[in-house]
Amino acid sequence: MTPTTILLIKGLAYLFGSITFIVGLKMMGNAKSASQGNKLAAIGMVAAILATIILHTDASGQLASVPAIVYFIIFGAIALGTVVGWMAAMRVQMTKMPELVSMFNGMGGACAALIGLMEFAHNTGEGKTGTLIAILLGMVIGSISFSGSVIAFLKLNGTMGKPIRLPLYNILNTALLIGLSIFTAYMVHMSSQPGIDHVSAPMGLLYGLFAVAIIYGILFTIPIGGADMPVVISLLNSFTGLAAAFGGFLYDNKVMLTGGILVGSAGTLLTLIMCKAMNRPLWNVIFGAFGGSSGGSSLEVDGSIKDISVSDLAVQLNYSKKVVIVPGYGLAVAQAQHIIKELENLLEERGVEVKYAIHPVAGRMPGHMNVLLAESNVSYDKLVEMDEINPEFEQTDVVLVVGANDVVNPAAKSDPSSPIYGMPILEVDRAKTVIVNKRSMNAGYAGIENLLFYDPKCSMFFGDAKKALTALVAELKTM
Amino acid sequence: MEQIAQLFIENQMMIYFIILSIFVGIEVIGGVPTVLHTPLMSGANAIHGVVIVGAIIVMLNMTEPSILNYMLGFLAVFLGTLNVVGGFVVTNRMLEMFQKK
Repeated sequence: MTPTTILLIKGLAYLFGSITFIVGLKMMGNAKSASQGNKLAAIGMVAAILATIILHTDASGQLASVPAIVYFIIFGAIALGTVVGWMAAMRVQMTKMPELVSMFNGMGGACAALIGLMEFAHNTGEGKTGTLIAILLGMVIGSISFSGSVIAFLKLNGTMGKPIRLPLYNILNTALLIGLSIFTAYMVHMSSQPGIDHVSAPMGLLYGLFAVAIIYGILFTIPIGGADMPVVISLLNSFTGLAAAFGGFLYDNKVMLTGGILVGSAGTLLTLIMCKAMNRPLWNVIFGAFGGSSGGSSLEVDGSIKDISVSDLAVQLNYSKKVVIVPGYGLAVAQAQHIIKELENLLEERGVEVKYAIHPVAGRMPGHMNVLLAESNVSYDKLVEMDEINPEFEQTDVVLVVGANDVVNPAAKSDPSSPIYGMPILEVDRAKTVIVNKRSMNAGYAGIENLLFYDPKCSMFFGDAKKALTALVAELKTM
Repeated sequence: MEQIAQLFIENQMMIYFIILSIFVGIEVIGGVPTVLHTPLMSGANAIHGVVIVGAIIVMLNMTEPSILNYMLGFLAVFLGTLNVVGGFVVTNRMLEMFQKK
């Protein structure tokens, strides 16, 4: 092949890859075309990877002769990664999906960090400022994304429960971020001095920078509570995109640039959309979380909490016309998605209309509940979003809240001193009766009292979601 | 300072390219229903796996072959593959659930 042919085919493959990423992502924004969009982007990715391997050129523009061992390593790594990645993705339970996405994101970040580590030494010296900026920023951002994602993974799968807050963690983290930026700038400056080459490159400092970035990623993520992890994962996702884009800048590789920037900007916007759904600015998620006891609700809680027995609840549901189920994280933890579908079937058989009210931030990821309920074959059009279901509550006989808390707390509307004041909620208190299934009276993530539980219309149905619903279904069957 | 100015002047096309790509990213995500946020995040996650292309280029260009460099390169390609394959497969699983009615 002539150099022109090679460049043409490679360029077309990269162009094709870039277009599939954009079109694929756009298609993923629509439920009907989403699955094809994902496949399209995957095809573009394969084309880009194959073109990179097969059409690799040397300085003269001819196909480069690369030692066989290198091909052996590349294909070996791809084969192993495909098997491991495929198995992990196919075997994971739907409830564990958010963790896995976080882990894959971390792997991409680590890949970007390793590229930086390997490319640094022979890209030093005079006139290399631009290259060094791309290499070092790609490495630093990739490392932050890697360690941050691993922490997010550990938090979501429960290994790391409570947020860990070092004393003055905000000041400490900010200072570390400033230090990291200065360190990076210093490395760019000193490595682009005349006379520095791959032998005299400051490798010790490079590993130091790598370590500081890893530590920053950890400290950045550990103070943030489990319920905010979706926002963090989305943010780290855009970080990895940015790291990939720096790689594209380094190699002047257009497909890495488009893919990376696309995810960087789309991921940032997605992060902001999620924050908006929680009515909290991003800085508040990162720096504030809910500051514990300070600024808690000033409302005195009066009234008492009522319990309801399985048999009473079964009777009540049996004679309802319309039941709305509000699923929350408790449903996911207890793996109660199948039993809740069974409950839905039983009630529908008896002529009860059943719908699900989906709050945008219910669960551990936006859309988490949809994915979970889809797993147990709940029909897509039974899942109703917040704005559509809120006017329907007045005609609803029974609202069954399963493992959700803050998203139904009326304090968000009525109590300006509440930390969640202003967050849009599911207005379940407008229904005729509300039944709340919870494991205990513990407060939700926000750590505040839920006034709903003291509402005279509300009864508590305590117990693990799966066990409690199984008992309820058994009771209903006897009727 | 002069280096920075030089950098800007030399890379103007690139800067335009980057800015336009940012707007494409924002445009593509706009108006997406909350239901699809998780699969979308997961799909975007798979796409940034394109960083694997960089890992492959490092391997193909390796000027100083050594056991350490080969091991790092292997690791980088392996991790990038995990990101790509795992990302697309897990997104596909999520989306297939939305499809069967």
